[in-house]
Order: sequence, then structure tokens, then C-alpha cells
Amino acid sequence: MKIWKYFISLSFLMCLFLGTHSVAFAESEAQEEFKAGEVIIEHILDSYEWHIFTWKGHHVSVYLPCIVINEGKCYTFSSRVFHDNEFYTTVNKTNSEELVFTIPHDGSYKGKIVILNADGMQKRPLDISITKNVMALFISCALIIVLFYLVTKAYQKRGEKAPKGLQSLFEWLIVYVRDDIAKKAISEKSVDRYLPYLVTVFFFIFINNILGLIPIFPFGANITGNITVTAVLALFTFFITNLLGNKEYYKDIVNTPGVPWFLKFPLPLMPIIETVGCFTKPFVLAIRLFANITAGHIVVLGFISSIFIVAKISVAGGVGMSAFSLLLAIFVDCIELLVAYIQAYVFTLLSALYFGMASKEHHH
Amino acid sequence: MELISPDFGFFFWMVLAFGIVFFFVAKYAFPVIGRTLKNREQKIAESLEQAERIHEEMQNIQAKNEELLKKAREEREDMLNEARISRDKIIDEARTKAKEETSRLVESAKETIENERKAAMTDIKNEIANISIKVAEKILEKELSADEAQLNYINEIIKEADNQ
Repeated sequence: MKIWKYFISLSFLMCLFLGTHSVAFAESEAQEEFKAGEVIIEHILDSYEWHIFTWKGHHVSVYLPCIVINEGKCYTFSSRVFHDNEFYTTVNKTNSEELVFTIPHDGSYKGKIVILNADGMQKRPLDISITKNVMALFISCALIIVLFYLVTKAYQKRGEKAPKGLQSLFEWLIVYVRDDIAKKAISEKSVDRYLPYLVTVFFFIFINNILGLIPIFPFGANITGNITVTAVLALFTFFITNLLGNKEYYKDIVNTPGVPWFLKFPLPLMPIIETVGCFTKPFVLAIRLFANITAGHIVVLGFISSIFIVAKISVAGGVGMSAFSLLLAIFVDCIELLVAYIQAYVFTLLSALYFGMASKEHHH
Repeated sequence: MELISPDFGFFFWMVLAFGIVFFFVAKYAFPVIGRTLKNREQKIAESLEQAERIHEEMQNIQAKNEELLKKAREEREDMLNEARISRDKIIDEARTKAKEETSRLVESAKETIENERKAAMTDIKNEIANISIKVAEKILEKELSADEAQLNYINEIIKEADNQ
């Protein structure tokens, strides 16, 4: 059976995932007291360098470029400057003023590049650094574009013949998005207008979810579990819903049908609720995706962390715990695969429903 | 707190990256894929319809063929019957004709035989008469030397002629 091949390779990837994280944990444990919460949150959050693993006390990381704009001036430097020193000093060439950059370990700007003023105050400049998440985002976007390019080429080459290889996988998902998500939610007339976005968003979320589960560099970043990413996706849905909405959609917001008049006049209760609803709908989309994916990452890391917490108490317990935790973590990873698909499906389906509401023609 | 607060830099890159992906898919990839899928679906639907039509046609043709076959079989039967009838008729005719011919032949043969017999009888009679005359001549030459005997003999002949 061919499916077993995929299953085995997936399990292998997951073991690698657990393995690399275990090494990272083991090293961090060796240096200082192991704090599971901090380690997990560190993984979930963004950073200026991409930590791959720690080997004999040395951090093996990819240092990413920092791009900072302060008072209309752009400063670029490698995040390596913060590896050895706490401060990075550069000179503004126009007024030869010294600028001191640092990454504070606490405070409201914890973990972010700030400018230290002469009076010791921290100032957050416009920071468009290529962080770990941005880098991972670029990689996954490049991957998505390459995949779509290959599939499109296959379609051009094979024409109306039956699909083959990667094309079959994509066709299955595209047809699924089209027939089971878009066509069920949106009227036949306007479905073509929304379909490209729905396909894009489905593949974007699905591929990023899957890549987030692959632990090896350059994957494994928590992209779809980042509130910024989900917020942008939700904003796209929000703008597409409201900008392409038809007259009826706006009429329904102002004058909601099937509701007693006293809910609309003199106090326009329903219009207010409907208007707020326009904003809460995409907001919920963003929160749901963010929470689901982040929770998945936290649970897997939590099981791995428990190995080290128990190992601190007794070695035998650590060995027993690692077998138990590995099993559970693999189990959770399998569920995460399901979640990766379900969340992509849910986001796409709800977007399609909102589009359908904004473009429906007749009332019943 | 950082976990749930959007970051401007990442926001900027995300809008850019997702925008590019969206643009690529919507402008380049999806039109081709969607069109091809639609065309293929149409083609499959058409092919199915065509297959159905051909199937129906085939059935019609088969029915027609069967009918033709049936008709041909009937025709053959008819022809065979006709042939049998005409054969029987021909045979009958031939038999009758043959019978007639035979009887005619027999008749003429009988006639010929009769004629021949008659001729033969005449010939034999003539021959016998000749022979008798010759014998009579011989006898006469020998016996008609006496008158009495001659007379007797004449009587005898007259008697005989009367009896005849």
C-alpha cells in the first residue's frame, strides 16, 4: 500500500521533530534551570535569529537581517551583532549622531529591537526586520508559488488529460474547495469571482500548517499560529467581503429583514449589531486559526518538556517518561495533521459563507 | 502579551508576501487550472452524453439488424417454400409429361407392333399362299393327271374357300 509509505515518512519527520527539540531542551537544561513555559513561549514567538540547535554550549543559529527605520532613516544590520554584545551602536551619517540599538530582556519591548536614548529611555523604531517568522513566511510563500507554478505547467502540458502526480493532489483539493466549499456557500453567478481567493487562502493555511509541523530548518516556524498572519488573512477576507458586497448586503445591514421595526427605530439596534458583526466575523476567523495552531504547538512541546521535568527528579522516570511522552507527542502530532486540514477548511468555508452572504441575490 | 499583539514589521511582510501569492494564484495559476478543469468536465460530460447516444444508436441498429435478420429469415423460408412448391410442380409436370410420353410411346409402339404384325401377317399369308401355290403346283403337276382326283380336289378347295 502506497499510503504506508507516506505514513512512515511522516512518522520519521515527527520523530526528527521531537529529537531536535529534545536536544534543544537538553542543552538549555544543562546551562540553567529548565523552565518549560519559557522554552515553549520562545518557540511560539518570533525572534531575530533562527535557532536551529545547541551543540556543546554553542548556539547554532541563522542570523537574519534587521531592518529598522528611525526618523526616515533606514538602518540594516545582521542580528549577529546582538550575539556577542548587548548593544549595537551606529552613527547617523547626516547629523553624526550616535544611535544605540538593543534588545531588552524585559519590559514592554521585551525581545524587540529598541533605540536607547541618551536618558536611558527605550524607543521602538519602525521595525521591518526579516525575523524568523518572516523568513519562514518567505520560504513557504516561495514554496506555494513554485508548487502552483508546477501544477499550472502540468495543466498546460497535459491539457484535458487526466491529472498526474502533484497535479492530482492539487486537483483533488482545488475541486474540493470549489465544489464542497465555494459552490455550496456562494451563488452560481458570483462563485468565480471569489474562487481564486478561496483557493489561495486554503492552500496558504494548509501548507503553512503542515510546514509548521515539520521540525527541520527551514520549516517548523509557527506561522499560522501567529496572530499577525491570521489577522492579515482575516483582513483580506473582510475587505473582499465588504468591497465586493452587493446592494442587498448593505441594505440588509441598514434595514435587517424579518426583524420587528422597534429594533430598528428609534434606536437602530439591529443595524448596530449587524455592523459590529461585519467586524467580529473576520476577527473570529483570525482568533480561531491562531488559537488552534498555537495550542497544537504548545501541547506537543508540553509533552516533550515533561520528559525533562521528570528527568530532573529521577533518571529512570525520565526514560519512562520519554517513551510515554514521545507516544503522546506523536499522537498529538497526528491530530495536528488533522487540525492543519480542518483549520484550513474552516477558514476557507467561513470566508466562503461570508462571501455568499455578501453576494446573494434573493431573500427567502 | 506579545503572543496576541500583532507586530507591524511582520504585518507589513505578511501583506506583501500573501499579496504576491494571491496575485500569482489569482492571475496566473488559477485561470489556467480553472479553465482546464471546466473544459475537462465539459468534455467528460459531452463524452458521457455521446456514449449514451452511441449506445442508444447501437441498440437501435441492433434492433434494426435483428428485424432485418428476421425478415431475411422469413424471406428465405418463403423462398424455400416457393422453391419446394415449384419443384414439386415441376416434378409433377415432368412426371405427367413423362407418363404421357411413355403412354404415347407405348401406344405408338403398340400401333407399330400391330402394323408390323399385320404387315408380317400379310407377308406370311402371301408367303404361305405362294408356298401353297408352289406346293399346289407341284402336287398338281403330280396328281392332276386323273380327272376324278382333279374334281375332288376342286371341290375340296371350294369347300375350303367357303369355310374361310
